[in-house]
Amino acid sequence: MSGLEYTFSSAIVNVVFAMLLAALFLSFVRLVRGPTMPDRVVALDLVAAVVVAITALYSIVTEQAVLLDVAIGIALITFLGTVAFAQYIERRARGDE
Amino acid sequence: MNDAMTLNTAATLLLLFIGSAFLLLAAIGVMRMPDVFSRMQAATKAATLGAACMLSAVAVHFDDFGVTIRALLVVAFVFLTAPVAAHVIARAAYFIGVPLWEGTIVDELRGRYDSQTHTLASGFPNSEIHSQADTNKSDELNVSNSDAGEGFSPG
Repeated sequence: MSGLEYTFSSAIVNVVFAMLLAALFLSFVRLVRGPTMPDRVVALDLVAAVVVAITALYSIVTEQAVLLDVAIGIALITFLGTVAFAQYIERRARGDE
Repeated sequence: MNDAMTLNTAATLLLLFIGSAFLLLAAIGVMRMPDVFSRMQAATKAATLGAACMLSAVAVHFDDFGVTIRALLVVAFVFLTAPVAAHVIARAAYFIGVPLWEGTIVDELRGRYDSQTHTLASGFPNSEIHSQADTNKSDELNVSNSDAGEGFSPG
């Protein structure tokens, strides 16, 4: 239990957590509702950005600088996923999948 | 840390608050904007700045060389890739004919883009690609609008 104690805590941190959760929820609603495929890709991109931010906040709160590597990985994978989704959308519309 | 708030703590909290505020604004924009392209500009720019602020807060808080380098690496990566990703999605969305917002004033690609061959014409608007692209823009594109119960009507 040594790594997960909250050593950096204040009321503002709780507010920031709440705002990030609200952002995650709103973008997830857009991810579910669509209505088109690019809408969902944009929402997924935003979800990943919020997740990177939550990871950064968590690494501050728990004093674990290692969690920054997780943020690096998420940022890398997200970009590849977005580009792959865009390629897929274009190819599917063109009809040569 | 509770009674005497150092400058480091204050700067960290300020950066965290600004970053999460930008991210929340981006999410509200994605939720409330009327079409894909305006949603995308809300998501890309505000989310980029928000994530950059959050990672700067990490760099300020830890005050360590390795952590700062890694945080700046993520920020630089996000700044480089977010415009590319937004461009690619916008291109794909325009190609498959996602309907613009009904209040859209100008669509500069209209008439210059041939949806059959996916070529762009940069010449005068009276070239032959113009009339052809206008006629088949709406019918050959099958956007899967199965759950398009939003406020705007396609076309």
